[in-house]
Amino acid sequence: MAGTVAIRVGGGRNRHTSGKTESAFVRWTLISLALGFLAFFLFLPLILVFTYAFGQGVKTYFAALTEPDALSAIRLTLITAAIAVPLNTVFGVAASWAIAKFEFKGKNILITLIDLPFAISPIIAGLIFVLLFGARGWFGPWLVENDIRIIFATPGIVLATMFVTFPFVARELIPLMQAQGNEEELSALTLGSNGWQMFWRVTLPNIKWGLLYGVILCNARAMGEFGAVSVVSGHIRGLTNTMPLHIEVLYNDYRFTASFAVASLLAFLAFITLIVKSLVEWNVSREHMLAVRESESEQS
Amino acid sequence: MTTASRFRFKQHSVLPGFGLTMGFTIFYMATLVLIPLGGLVLFTTRMSFADFWNSAVTDPRVLAAYKVSFGASLIGAVLNGVFGFIVAWVLVRYTFPGKRVVDAIVDLPFALPTAVSGIALTTLYAHTGWVGRWLEPLGIKVAYAFPGIVIALTLIGLPFVVRTLQPALEDLEIEIEEASASLGASRWQTFRRVLLPTVLPALLTGFALAFARAVGEFGSVYFIAGNMPYKTEIAPLLILIRLEQFDYLGATAIGVVMLVVSFVMLLVINLLQWWSRRYQA
Repeated sequence: MAGTVAIRVGGGRNRHTSGKTESAFVRWTLISLALGFLAFFLFLPLILVFTYAFGQGVKTYFAALTEPDALSAIRLTLITAAIAVPLNTVFGVAASWAIAKFEFKGKNILITLIDLPFAISPIIAGLIFVLLFGARGWFGPWLVENDIRIIFATPGIVLATMFVTFPFVARELIPLMQAQGNEEELSALTLGSNGWQMFWRVTLPNIKWGLLYGVILCNARAMGEFGAVSVVSGHIRGLTNTMPLHIEVLYNDYRFTASFAVASLLAFLAFITLIVKSLVEWNVSREHMLAVRESESEQS
Repeated sequence: MTTASRFRFKQHSVLPGFGLTMGFTIFYMATLVLIPLGGLVLFTTRMSFADFWNSAVTDPRVLAAYKVSFGASLIGAVLNGVFGFIVAWVLVRYTFPGKRVVDAIVDLPFALPTAVSGIALTTLYAHTGWVGRWLEPLGIKVAYAFPGIVIALTLIGLPFVVRTLQPALEDLEIEIEEASASLGASRWQTFRRVLLPTVLPALLTGFALAFARAVGEFGSVYFIAGNMPYKTEIAPLLILIRLEQFDYLGATAIGVVMLVVSFVMLLVINLLQWWSRRYQA
């Protein structure tokens, strides 16, 4: 199951400019319906976040972002992402190398297992770590004896975030590397490069755009995860609150402006994610078109 | 290459690194995903079957929560099926100003944290909100009521239908539609009898993905639902409430039921994807 949708190669071309189509009335009714639906569900909430965030002036906005609890929430979010994203990136590259470049039995089962965290509720992602490391969990008594805190502390937050963002990079890279095939790597080996040279000079440049998008998406989700983190965090202000949890605390305290100010940072991050995705798609389809043109001119 | 001969389940290849990458993949996945999930399933052995059944299935509060979760997710997925189809159709077939921006923003629910969409939707649909104040005189309550849950779950499922339908619609051969038209079919007949059956597997896949995502969703619903027991309480929230009462067994029981539902949905989605790939081939 895809929690993300892989980059589309050569998508968005409109081949249907001629031929049978609908009347102008039907066409514009459908366009209005689509835009109206998206306006209510996407544009309006987004505009609201920024309107409320800046509703009481820029000064209040920055005051909300620089108060100690907000700063410690931002710091914890950055720490969490700084651990979870690189680990899941290394995993994603390794897993897609093994899956896309080799044929072995049980490959489909492995792909399904990698997708598993997408299919599972974030609350269950938090629950499983409480059952392992919580006071009454499997390792709880041992952890208490040795004075190690995982639940209601940073390690639990990092673990839950890693679980939730586990598939992102792998999901982007597997279809991309499968589509590219093995030929270029085999040529590199034939020309005498060793495994690492082949990876750094051939494979990595080929997958860089997909990898970039996977990492950005993984990062956005790691910084924005709410459900899983809320189960393991314990909501200790200034200590175990991440940015999304800080938003909740402010909102429940009726400090709406401050809440939307912190929310606007995450909304801004979502914007950047979407822009990077558009750029990556544009780059990939351009490279795809160049490759097609090259092979066409070779044939003629 | 020395490792290649050791893995008998793998076909021979001269590319290096299979043992290393496969080993790391299995190790990392087992540590982070499989063993913790196993811990959840194993936790059920601490209770008798009767206890499990009572706290996960027959408890009226839990039953009500399942009803809210699955009911709202189903309505949300149907809404996404209808409007997602229109959005995908419009993006593939028509040109209009700002189309590229609209196409890009469809992915917003993937990138926007659920807590942010949660507080935004709640503020929008509360009785003083931009939309809520127009619905209030009509006697329609959205925030802190069931319709609010549906709206939150529609939002987070929105990209799935659009993004699974788009490639399917792009792959349609225009010649088939022309043939249908030249044989005397009206545009609507062509749509019903020719286009819809061809993209149906993709539509159902998108529907199933949106439904599966909605069933597990927590963040956005938590803010807008009002969370009244028996009325607007979703199953994931009930897990959290039981955990906060240190009722690990009660939380585990509901968690296992939700996990089984996730597995079934994953299976259904894989079958649907297999079906649509066969259809397109």
